[in-house]
Amino acid sequence: MNRVAVIAVNTFRETLRDKILYNLVFFGLLLIGSSILLSTLTMGEQAKIIKDLGLASINLFGVMIAIFVGIGLVSKEIEKRTIYSIIAKPIPRYQFILGKYWGLVLTLFVNTSIMVAGFFVTLLVGRVTPDVALLKALGLIFVELLVITAVAVMFSTFTTPTLSATFSLAVYVIGNLTDDLRVLGSKLKGSVTKELLDSLYYLLPNLDYFNVKGQAVHGLPIEPSYLLSAVAYGVIYTTILLTLGCLIFQRRDFK
Amino acid sequence: MKPIQIAGLTKEFRLGLGRQRFVALDHLDLEVEQGEIFGFLGHNGAGKTTTIKLLLGLLFPTAGRAWILGRPIEDVSVKQLVGFLPEAPYFYEYLTAEEFLTFYGQLFGLDPASLVKRVGELLEMVGLADAHHLPLRKFSKGMLQRIGLAQALIEPMSGLDPIGRRDVRDIILGLKEEGKTVFFSTHILPDVEMICDRVGILVKGRLRAVGAVHELVGTSAVKSVEIVVEGIAPTGVQGVERLGGKVMKRGDQVLIRLDDDAQVNAVLDLIRQHRGRLISLVPHKRSLEDLFLKEVGGSRA
Repeated sequence: MNRVAVIAVNTFRETLRDKILYNLVFFGLLLIGSSILLSTLTMGEQAKIIKDLGLASINLFGVMIAIFVGIGLVSKEIEKRTIYSIIAKPIPRYQFILGKYWGLVLTLFVNTSIMVAGFFVTLLVGRVTPDVALLKALGLIFVELLVITAVAVMFSTFTTPTLSATFSLAVYVIGNLTDDLRVLGSKLKGSVTKELLDSLYYLLPNLDYFNVKGQAVHGLPIEPSYLLSAVAYGVIYTTILLTLGCLIFQRRDFK
Repeated sequence: MKPIQIAGLTKEFRLGLGRQRFVALDHLDLEVEQGEIFGFLGHNGAGKTTTIKLLLGLLFPTAGRAWILGRPIEDVSVKQLVGFLPEAPYFYEYLTAEEFLTFYGQLFGLDPASLVKRVGELLEMVGLADAHHLPLRKFSKGMLQRIGLAQALIEPMSGLDPIGRRDVRDIILGLKEEGKTVFFSTHILPDVEMICDRVGILVKGRLRAVGAVHELVGTSAVKSVEIVVEGIAPTGVQGVERLGGKVMKRGDQVLIRLDDDAQVNAVLDLIRQHRGRLISLVPHKRSLEDLFLKEVGGSRA
């Protein structure tokens, strides 16, 4: 087994033995299931409510798992000094970061699958037929999780868990509002604020790109070319973040 | 090809907001020979840990270079040849003893079949075979130290002899028998005196002394002699004082302290002449501890 995989498997095991994970998955399932109750309160819109709430829950709890488990992965190793004995083994530092990342992605994959299974059961109970559009929306949610995890891991290579949680949440919130940044910036011509907003727009991930939940719920078309470009965007952004994280980690002193 | 070769290794830290410079290790030059047990001595903060962290790639040197078995320390593959036992064991609490050793063994690239065998042997050797399914979270401090020792030996110790090697000292001596080199950092001096071939003394980031224990301490260097006698006449005591002995009376017993062994025979003659009965004669040799205190003290003066 190569060393990235060795670290990834151990990280997967680490997250599985962390209680926070089960709490998040439990509440995610609870929220997905509760959409049945909520849908009974409406007339004729049951299917939309169940789909909308289901996708939103999977998205929200996926992001929470990515951030709250992701931020601790690297910084906890430094804080608890377990990193000492790992660096002393024949493994390059960047492989350690990549292993940590892929371990968390594996955890997210398993958890998202559990929530998706819960979602489909809910659809079945609510007598809603699932369609391909839902799968497309779910796929992009997962790509978004790949990016958020990379953000959390990147911050976690050089700062404390608390700070990286704050930064990652900030990136997530602003990342969903980047189009607004652009609009706001265009109204402030030539000021320093405009330049700041513009650079934030280009720097931060445009997470709205991965959001096709609305289209999926309302039966609007999602073009394959759009899907492809969104996936490519996510992969490139993730690669840049991980490269940055590895570069920072590669030169770091462990006092 | 030396197991460890260090040339001008220097590490500076910048502390606080003023970015004040602090030199943790100052131009260390050191060579450790094949198959020796090298004791690296110094107070807390002398730079021992910094040196080890530099050698393992946990810290990057400000200046200087180092090689392990001829390869530069920047080369990650040197770690394939090194076992590291940290002074305080910080390991993955959520893993069981067996999972933990397997994980570390995989990082060394051991194949699954030989890994299973090796993990069993290691657990047996450090006396944790019964605890193999227990998570490290539930380990006592002593057990953590033993599992730490086991992980340090995953790769370096080839011919494991599971029986009778449970003591750290026995294991270190066993490694030496196999021709391995042991570099260890400590401030517990009697251990070092007993097993180390050579020692280096580090004071405030600088290497103060390096050499074999007997060379540094001197084999016959008797520091002082203490003699206890009983029933010696007062004139005899005065005679001893004239010879330079310091005298303390305790009832009928007299304790005589001589600063060196030159006058021992003269004092013994005096004791016999004055009907003293010799109770004990203890020569105090210069120990590593005295040398250590002298080197460290010298830098403080």
